[in-house]
Parts: sequence; C-alpha cells; structure tokens
Amino acid sequence: MPTLKNTVARLSFKWTPGRITLAIVAAVLVAGLLPFVKMSLIVNGVFLGAIIALGAIGLTLIYGVLNFANIAHGDYMTMGAYVALFLLTGAFPAFGIEGEGLGPLTFGYPLLIALPLAAAVVAAGAVLLDVAIYRRLRQRGVNAVVIAMASLGVAIALRGLVQVIWSGETQHYPREFRQVFRLPLDVRIPPDSVFIAVVAVVLVVGVYLVLTRTKMGKAMRATADNPNLALVSGIDTQRVIRWNWIIGAGLAATAGVLLAVFQAQLLPIMGWRFLIPLFAAVILGGIGNPYGALVGAFVIGVTSEVSTQWINPSYKPAVAFAIMIVVLLMRPRGIFGDSG
Amino acid sequence: MALLEASRIVAGYGETEILHGVSVTVDNGEIVTVIGPNGCGKSTLMKAIVGLVQVRTGTVIFRGEDISSLPPQQIVRRGLCYVPQSANVFPALSIRENLEMGAFVRDDDYGGRIDEMFELFPDLAVRPNRKAGSLSGGQRQMLAVARALMLDPVLLLLDEPSAGLSPAMTNLVLERISEINATGVAFLLVEQNAREALRLSDRGYVLSAGENRLDDAGHALLDNPEVARLYLGG
Repeated sequence: MPTLKNTVARLSFKWTPGRITLAIVAAVLVAGLLPFVKMSLIVNGVFLGAIIALGAIGLTLIYGVLNFANIAHGDYMTMGAYVALFLLTGAFPAFGIEGEGLGPLTFGYPLLIALPLAAAVVAAGAVLLDVAIYRRLRQRGVNAVVIAMASLGVAIALRGLVQVIWSGETQHYPREFRQVFRLPLDVRIPPDSVFIAVVAVVLVVGVYLVLTRTKMGKAMRATADNPNLALVSGIDTQRVIRWNWIIGAGLAATAGVLLAVFQAQLLPIMGWRFLIPLFAAVILGGIGNPYGALVGAFVIGVTSEVSTQWINPSYKPAVAFAIMIVVLLMRPRGIFGDSG
Repeated sequence: MALLEASRIVAGYGETEILHGVSVTVDNGEIVTVIGPNGCGKSTLMKAIVGLVQVRTGTVIFRGEDISSLPPQQIVRRGLCYVPQSANVFPALSIRENLEMGAFVRDDDYGGRIDEMFELFPDLAVRPNRKAGSLSGGQRQMLAVARALMLDPVLLLLDEPSAGLSPAMTNLVLERISEINATGVAFLLVEQNAREALRLSDRGYVLSAGENRLDDAGHALLDNPEVARLYLGG
C-alpha cells in the first residue's frame, strides 16, 4: 500500500541546506504577514489554486510528452466553459433538462452533466487539432518553438470562434442567488467553491492514480522521460500522445467550466487571461512535473489572491509572474525541478 | 538461414551518410561483436537495424522477414530488442515500472518474467520501487538489459554495455551476457572493451569509416596482429 512516506519519497524531495533556508524564510514571511492578511483571501486563493492546478497539470503533461508549450491551453479552458454554456442554455432546455439550484449551490443538476460532456467535446477537439496540425509539424521534424507558435495561432483562432458563435458579451450560466457559508475569522465561502474544490481533488487524485497505476499512465511518464527508449520498448507513442491530449484538454475544459462558475461569468478572453498563472504554476513546479505543477498552482493561487489586499486586483497576473521570476532566480529548474 | 541478415545497409542523419553499405549477420544463439574506431558507424548500424534510423538502401532480414522499413514498435514485437548506449533507462520511473515498460507490448501476465529478472539481477530486487535515476552506473546497465529482456527476445542488440563502468563491473556485465546467451538468446554487441567482448564472442566484425573491414571468428580477430595493432590498442 502506498504510505505517506512512499509518496514523499517518490517526489524525492531532499532537505538540502539551501531548501531549509528557503523554507524558513518562506515560513517567517508567511507567519509575519498572516496577522495582516484577510483569511478570506487565503481561502479564496486555495480555490483559485485548485482551478489553476487542473489547467497546469494538463499543460505540464503535454509539455512532458510533446515537448512544446501549448499556448492554446487557456483557450481550451474557454472552449470548455462555452461548450457547457451551449449545453446549459441551448441544448438541455430543448430536451427539458433544467433544474433549480442544487441545495446551497447556484446551479442545478444540468451542470453536473454538462461538465463531463464539455470535457469530452474539448478532449475530442484537441485530439483532432493534434492530427490536423501538430502531428504534421512533428512529422516534418520542426522546432518546438514553431509548434508553440502554431498553438498561438490555434489560441487566437479558438478565441475568434468563441466570439463569432457566442459574441464578446459577458455571459453566465443559469444561476440562482444563494447565501454564502459564513465561517469564523470573517471567512465567507460560496458553496460553489466547495463544489469546485471537490471536483479538483477528485480529478487530481484520479490523474495521480492514472499516472502511477495504469499501463497507459506509466507509458505517458515513460515517454515524457525518454521518448527514444519508449519507442524501442515498443510503446505505442501515437496512443500515448492521444491520451495525453485527452487528459490534458479534458482537465483544461473542466477548469474552464469551474472558472466560469467561480467568477460567475464567461468572457471569450477568460482562458487567455489565465495563461500566465498556468505557466507560472508549471514553471514554478519544474516543467513536465505534474506534482510540481500542483504545488505551483496553490502557491500562485494563494499569493496572487492575497496580493489584492494591497495591490489592485488587475495586477494579479503580474504578481504570478513576479513570484515565478523570484523562484527561478533561486532555483532555475523550479521547486521540484531536479526530481523526475 | 541466419537469424539476422543486414545487407549493404546505407544510412545516416540528414545530409550525412554514416553507413556506406555495411553487412552483418547473426545466427541463432550466437554472440557477435562489432568493433571499430569511434565514428565508424557502429551505433548507427544498431539504430538502423531497430528502426530508429531510416535504412536508405539495403535490407534487414530478421527470421526470414524484411524489417528494414518497419517502425521500432513493430520490430520489438518480433523478438528483436535493443539497449542504447546512454539514456537506456527511464530515470523518473521505478525499477519495477522500467521492467513493466519493457513488457509494454505483452498482453499476458508478465509478473513471472519480472521475478525472473530479479533472480538474474539480484541487485535490482533489493528495492524495486527505487527510481532508476538514483541507481549506480552498473545497476543502471543491468536494469537496461533486464528491461530489454522482458519481451523474451530472440536477439538482443547492446550498444556499449560497459560504457562508463569499472573493469570489475564490466566483467560482471559480460558474464551476465554469457549466462543469458546460454539460455538461447543471440547477441549483437558494440563494445569499446573489444578484447573482453571478442573473447566471449563467436564472431566479430571490424568496421571502419562506415564500411566492413574484416570479419572472422572472435578468437581469430583477437589473434590477428593487424586487428590487435589498430583496434585493440596493441
């Protein structure tokens, strides 16, 4: 059975003097600032971190196997959010699938159906885009930067598509007014955020189990680790790439829907704006390392949310970027960069 | 009929042609070693046989079937496995996961085969959940060979199995190769420690500048004064 000790060993995190110093400095800073920080911002940051984590894990997996930065990842999130919007406001009501807010939640049971469907649609779209664009480029042996630029093109095209179909106006899922949970220390938690956290935890655990327990998951890690050896071991790398897109884009679409619930609105630019926190989380955790991306996501989520106590909220991406730069100056390969 | 018959292989990278028509054969149960100076095309020959480098002209016949244009995944299914010289394990995966990846194309239960590998290489059995990246050079080489053996290959291609190993470790690796060979697995080796490798080989080839220079029985090459002077360091 996997014990906590095993899991820690798998992350192969060693307490070197440098890391101990870093941890002490971080702990002192956090402890020193804590009395001045609104608890509610920290809690909000954790929920935001959960959404960032879903996007960042997919982004880092795709980087690991395909070795390019998928700039369209944020727009896969947008796509997921809008596909769910179409289902909730267009398709489902036509079949009489409508529901009032579930208990304390602002949305009804249709969202629970729309979420996996939107993830499946975006995952299928990502596989098709790979066949149509990225695979051709790989077969020609082009540079990873060229492939990343192609994904920038895909990002802009997807955003344009969303604007053409759904207009550039702010939209939102069918929602009802609900009371927030009031906790001590003036913490207010919207019930929707609890839902977001539950979905994120389930998916992160699911991805962990897939990566460590299933043959395809292990093959994905093996291909990311050493693509040539994967080939001569007989691993079907085309299938690995396909599953990689399905998991990565599916997680992104889910993150998009959750973000639309979290922010209570949809905008064509929502995913694109999320790209900087995503990349910051990925780089912070060590590119290609899904566990690192998870930790990076919470660091980015909490710090950028807490920063709004002193800084204008529109600078959140700048805060994410600043954290990333500071960490990279100290540890150029990210927090978990030198482990696998 | 030979087990592997590579004839007049021409291959290279991009504009550069490395092999200008190299031929090598391996019979059932044989150990064959390819020696030659650095850059003569030994590694490229291996990669061309397993499908990692495209064979431009010439043919690779394995068990009577032309495999020259097959992709690597198809070739390993036919019982021809390969261990590259460097980067030959998955460092972020555990020892056990490395072996599982070696068995990727097997659909049957290969748990027994993993146990056999642990018997053959007891060092690997001590902590099977240890990451391959944390192993010593010798253990890594053992794991690389074990990974390739997971498919029960008929022929195993090893590129410099003793690269970077101490003399004692080198002897241990070569000893294991003899033992595995005794179970019926044929070997095609590329080896820097040419003297030790030729000693346990049935036959050997000398390559030079991408062409066949000489081929003979292993001990005959060892006794050949010209080979000794040019390729075995006197």
